[in-house]
Amino acid sequence: MQLDQICFRTRHLAKPWTMESYRSVGGYEMLEKILKEKTRPEDIIEELKDSALRGRGGAGFPTGLKWSFMPRRLPGAKYIVCNSDEGEPGTCKDRDILRFNPHQVVEGMIIAGYTIGAQSGYNYIRGEFVEPFERFEAAIQEAREAGYLGKNILGSKFSFELYTQPGAGAYICGEETALLESIEGKKGQPRYKPPFPAGYGLFGRPTTVNNTETLASVPVILQYGGEWFHEIGTPNNGGSKIFSVSGHVNQPGNYEVPLGTPFSELLELAGGMKHGNKIKAVIPGGTSTPVIPGEAMMDVAMSYDGISRGGSMLGAGSVIVMDETTCMVKALERIAEFYYEESCGQCTPCREGTGWLYRVVKRIEHGEGTQQDLDRLVDVANNISGNTICALGEAAAMPVISFIKHFRDEFQHHIDHKCCQVGEGAP
Amino acid sequence: MSDLQLTGSKEQLFNADIRQQIDQWVAKYPSGQSQAAVIPALHILQDAHQGWLSDPLMDALAEYLSMPTISVYEVATFYTMFELKPVGKHKISICTNISCMLNGSEQVVEHIESRLGVGLGKTTSDGKFTIKEVECLGACCGAPMMQLDRDYHEHLTAERIDQILDGIS
Ligand SMILES: Cc1cc2nc3c(=O)[nH]c(=O)nc-3n(C[C@H](O)[C@H](O)[C@H](O)COP(=O)(O)O)c2cc1C
Ligand code: SF4
Ligand code: FES
Repeated sequence: MQLDQICFRTRHLAKPWTMESYRSVGGYEMLEKILKEKTRPEDIIEELKDSALRGRGGAGFPTGLKWSFMPRRLPGAKYIVCNSDEGEPGTCKDRDILRFNPHQVVEGMIIAGYTIGAQSGYNYIRGEFVEPFERFEAAIQEAREAGYLGKNILGSKFSFELYTQPGAGAYICGEETALLESIEGKKGQPRYKPPFPAGYGLFGRPTTVNNTETLASVPVILQYGGEWFHEIGTPNNGGSKIFSVSGHVNQPGNYEVPLGTPFSELLELAGGMKHGNKIKAVIPGGTSTPVIPGEAMMDVAMSYDGISRGGSMLGAGSVIVMDETTCMVKALERIAEFYYEESCGQCTPCREGTGWLYRVVKRIEHGEGTQQDLDRLVDVANNISGNTICALGEAAAMPVISFIKHFRDEFQHHIDHKCCQVGEGAP
Repeated sequence: MSDLQLTGSKEQLFNADIRQQIDQWVAKYPSGQSQAAVIPALHILQDAHQGWLSDPLMDALAEYLSMPTISVYEVATFYTMFELKPVGKHKISICTNISCMLNGSEQVVEHIESRLGVGLGKTTSDGKFTIKEVECLGACCGAPMMQLDRDYHEHLTAERIDQILDGIS
């Protein structure tokens, strides 16, 4: 298995974030080639479709298809926006892409701008990411000095400007329309869709929003070809993917591995289970994705389709590993608290429902739950799903339903015995 | 105590350096969209004002960006990084979300609370530190972690925390 072929392709170098390092792995060659040969945007989109690249921000939408929705010939301003708001618990890959390979995001955004007909781009970086923000700003600076940004880039007819925009602490701003509101200087509250950003996006203009990892994948795909990329992964699941492996493992970290890699291999890369403990459960794609029991997880292949067959979702590739000492009720309590805290409050089912979920799980965890509470939880979760403006509602509901489905006996134990099944001090 | 000018005409607000910083942000957006600079500007003002945003400061920003005062307040209250009350000289944000919790963030909180003698959300009596519990900061593979002012500190242990805090003046 080959590691670090795409977004981390500079990671082995001494100062991987510099223009010099990026060029040494072939960086900016594609941009130069495209501008020189005046590659047709349609051809770039075809290549992306062949690559089977799917959005790395969580929803997994095919990138080539998304780019094809942009009315590129429409006169006036259009935008490419990079989503570096990374905040889903368990996810920490975009931070490392920005710290170690910011130029690849810059090149990806310029190529995206060329392809979708945008004249400017914004990279929205969560406010706490000071170092990644500075690395990205420095990369923009270097790119401008090298003539890759500005008017008539490298003597072509294409002009493009790139800016960084900071967030200020709000998970919901990762939702693409909330993110656009936030760039516009407003509260980050998701918009109703439709209209979709490709029709009405930033400042009311056509906009494409892509995740950091998605955009960073583009230059490499074009350099080596869509088919090459596709073949690294499995059919319909092109390329490699960065998995952030955290929790009870010996070597937590970001591992960029081919899609389709067996979970067991990924776990081995991450140094195996801490203290040699038994694996109990895995959340494979960030806290909003359903939990999978450890044993079942050992048979799962890490791809969109593989994890879906295993009963969950790849999400942002945030693999949270829990061992036998973990109290699942307590784990769910923390997750439910997160969605309660982060609900933007715009729709009643989410605003009220996340509060209910949190309070009821908390009461079960603290030995004050009743038998009806278990059914109530599933009931509340089902009532949020599908009744909200954005997917945060679903994100709050899915963990609850899956935790109770797979670990019902633990919840039952808390209710019957008013204490934890796995003993004091867990997790 | 802040030497920022908070009343008067636009050309006099804050100080020349801050006006220039905010203007650089405004220049990044299409004309007529200066409100887009409000979040970057609030960060700049908070940093220049002992880490928090007062009402007069936000009023002045509304004036400077030609936006309704209420909209500045709405933004400042929506985002958790903005402090609306005085804070300590240094801010410690401890992540207690799932990956950090699995790796002992509760002990991190306990250790910092007992070392500093204050609870979460509070400021030490000498005004040196404010400690906050925060949601996932996107460094889950370095769990447990905290942010001290602008820097991330990962793989925390009691010894590591002591070392870090000993080095702070
Ligand atoms: C509550 C919520 C939070 C999200 N957070 C992020 C995020 O931090 N980063 C991200 O890229 N996408 C996030 N998304 C997904 C975005 O809405 C959007 O689908 C994505 O940025 C599109 O890029 P992609 O197609 O390249 O994946 C979030 C979605 C929701 C509903
Ligand atoms: S689902 Fe929740 S987070 Fe999303 S818009 Fe509604 S209230 Fe806001
Ligand atoms: S869970 Fe603590 S940084 Fe993500």
